Amino acid sequence: MSEAKPVLRLESIVKTFPGVRALDGVDFEVRPGEVHALMGENGAGKSTLMKVLAGIYHPNEGRIMIDDRPVVMANPIEAKENGVILIHQELSLAEQMTVAENVFLGELPRSRWGFVDRKVLDERVGAILAKLNCDFGPRQRVGDLSIAKKQMVEIARALTHEAKVVVFDEPTASLTDAEKVVLFDVINDLKADGVGIVYISHRMEEIFTISDRITVLRDGTYRGTLIAAETNEDEITQLMIGRSLDYSRNVEHGELGDVALEVDGLSCGKLYHDVSFSVRAGEVVGFYGLVGAGRTEIAETLFGLREPSAGTIRLGGQKISINSPAEAIANGISLVPESRKEQGLVLGMNCRDNITLPQVDDMTAGPFVSNGAEIAIYDMYRDRLDIKAPSWRSLVGNLSGGNQQKIVIGKWLAMKPRVLIVDEPTRGIDVGSKAEIHNLIRELAHSGYAVIVISSEMPEILRVSDRVIAMYQGRIMREFTADEVNEDNLVQAISGIGNGKAA
Amino acid sequence: MAGIADRIGGGDLKGVIAKNGIFIAFIAFMIAFGFGSDKFLTFDNLESVVRSSAMIGVMALGVTIVVISGNLDLSVGSMLSFGTVMVVDLHDKIGPGPAIMVMMACVLLLGAVNGFLIGYVRLNSLIVTLGMLSAIQGLTLIYSGGKNVDVDPSTQDITWFRIFGRGEIAGIDMPIIIFFVLALIIGFIVAFTPYGRRVYAVGGNPTAAVFSGIRRSRVVFSTYLVSSFCVGIASVILGSRVMGSQNNVGQGYELLVLASVILGGTSLLGGSGSILKTVIGVLILGFIQNGLLLLGYPYFAQWIVTWIVIILAVWLDVAAKRGRLLSPIA
Repeated sequence: MSEAKPVLRLESIVKTFPGVRALDGVDFEVRPGEVHALMGENGAGKSTLMKVLAGIYHPNEGRIMIDDRPVVMANPIEAKENGVILIHQELSLAEQMTVAENVFLGELPRSRWGFVDRKVLDERVGAILAKLNCDFGPRQRVGDLSIAKKQMVEIARALTHEAKVVVFDEPTASLTDAEKVVLFDVINDLKADGVGIVYISHRMEEIFTISDRITVLRDGTYRGTLIAAETNEDEITQLMIGRSLDYSRNVEHGELGDVALEVDGLSCGKLYHDVSFSVRAGEVVGFYGLVGAGRTEIAETLFGLREPSAGTIRLGGQKISINSPAEAIANGISLVPESRKEQGLVLGMNCRDNITLPQVDDMTAGPFVSNGAEIAIYDMYRDRLDIKAPSWRSLVGNLSGGNQQKIVIGKWLAMKPRVLIVDEPTRGIDVGSKAEIHNLIRELAHSGYAVIVISSEMPEILRVSDRVIAMYQGRIMREFTADEVNEDNLVQAISGIGNGKAA
Repeated sequence: MAGIADRIGGGDLKGVIAKNGIFIAFIAFMIAFGFGSDKFLTFDNLESVVRSSAMIGVMALGVTIVVISGNLDLSVGSMLSFGTVMVVDLHDKIGPGPAIMVMMACVLLLGAVNGFLIGYVRLNSLIVTLGMLSAIQGLTLIYSGGKNVDVDPSTQDITWFRIFGRGEIAGIDMPIIIFFVLALIIGFIVAFTPYGRRVYAVGGNPTAAVFSGIRRSRVVFSTYLVSSFCVGIASVILGSRVMGSQNNVGQGYELLVLASVILGGTSLLGGSGSILKTVIGVLILGFIQNGLLLLGYPYFAQWIVTWIVIILAVWLDVAAKRGRLLSPIA
């Protein structure tokens, strides 16, 4: 297998944008039946390279070879015709249409009278779905499917053409562990059929599970290609960021202060039941569980976005009710939400305005917003969080994921909250920024904040938490101290193994 | 006033042109028409253009806020008919002062209905205000019994109500002064106050605005109050200038108003745009129509040219952003 001729070869690709050399002579190749992982920090050029491959961008220099034949792909349709198929991170399906219609969108089989031939359509799509072991039929409406199943529809769509190369861009970002297994099975099947797979992900463990070779990019340049079986996380990380990372857990307990937040018997319809916990000043409490375990919903309740059906919330010993984010903020609760682009930031606004948005009412000189006060706040958090932006005028949408996340965190730190809730603090963020954000969370706790961290990534939870609360199907299964928690008992607790509230 | 420069944009020359295309187009228009007709650049002509644009301009100020917050207001045209008919009709019955106050209250109430349905019930603004367009027209006809109204000819020249449309200060017509003063006030509110910032945030990303503690419903509601307030002012200007009103006098104005806003460069997607841009959009539209008349084209030619100008403006704006004329994606 490994000696097969590459099906796809990119040779010294150069792509420039005004003022930026996004790709600087990058080489990349995929062999049939191989999973080739592409890694690099945000901004390293992975997405640009894939867009070149998919015909969305046109390289300024360099060649794209398919089966040793140079090709020019003017648009995504030509890329598809050449057998290169991109499975996007953000799915692009017509939600109101059926699975079958989505799979063959744009080339629906027609009957003699020019209508869509449903029978042929269902047969063809049914065959593809069976191949992918899907448990849904061609007539189902896409909008009713889970994200994992929608992804399968995307993959099914890829298989309608003779695919030579399939590119997966962060495919597991919103999948549960079980769904991940199904996806990997599909990838292995494709592999067995001789399709070349390009796999982009930030998650190390996945990369080592699924890939045969790993190519690393940094700052738009090619850093090397390694065989997965012969390398390790440290080596890859070094290539990616040009230095080694300090992964040691720095959970040194600071002075724990008073109980800042106390939740008792909180329930919200079917989303979660009878949830009780407390967080002290100076402490990081991690919430771990599968997608849908109710963690985010608890955070949203504490932030006034959901109404609880039962239970009490006490802040600094005082019972409060929180009916809107404005009230939560007034009470000193801040939420760094799960999705920074949808919930955290106004992408078309500049960095400064995003950071000061929740407190813009209090930053006035006369009737107007005080320019000076705003810039002072921005400068303060830029320095404290090491935000890398050309200036405060830069639109947040133009920053890298890590810097965007820092803007969201800065925005909430600037509110000087008593309780800081951070939901998925490092989703879609490169390893370098990840470590920085983890250290930051620890520092925040050290300086007296009560912090709640919600995460689906176990290493993250283990790294930052003083206590870990494991949730399963809307209930707290177990609470661990930093000393007792480990990967095994945590996995058991969140999959509902072991009964109820031990310990 | 560093803020103004930020809103206008800065940086390299290409960026300046891309961001400020509307200003450049404005100047180009003025020069071109100036060469085309020797009457165009006279003070009298310029003043008459600005005066006749002032009413549309006043309405466009309010609609700009609505559009920045990510919504539309198509009801301003028939709301103008309603307001004008009402203020003119009540003038002789209860006197100019009370007439203005009653009319303003009614128009604000209509705006509140828009704002409630769009902000708090969260219905689509296109549908709500399109419905209001026809409902208010109906209301106007019921109010007037289908008849046109006017101020008693014997009082037309003596009532103080005449100053809004016919008065002048230091030789400048009152409608122009009202337009620019209102533009200045609303422009400052939008660009430099916390309220303005909230409007941009709600238009730019409503979810993130809510997650930042902004009460989105309240902001949206308020934009429709501002919009109807501006319509009320425009009604006073129109009623005072004509001293009478047909009951469909504002018909079609919603499109001219929206065209001015778009022409200025405020995006219908929300979250961007400015009052200054709208003022320029209003003036361009006015000067195009006037310039064409002076060049001897028939009155209706301006409708076609207006359309062309708007399409070109929006097209060039998009093209400058993506670096090519046609969409790169199938």
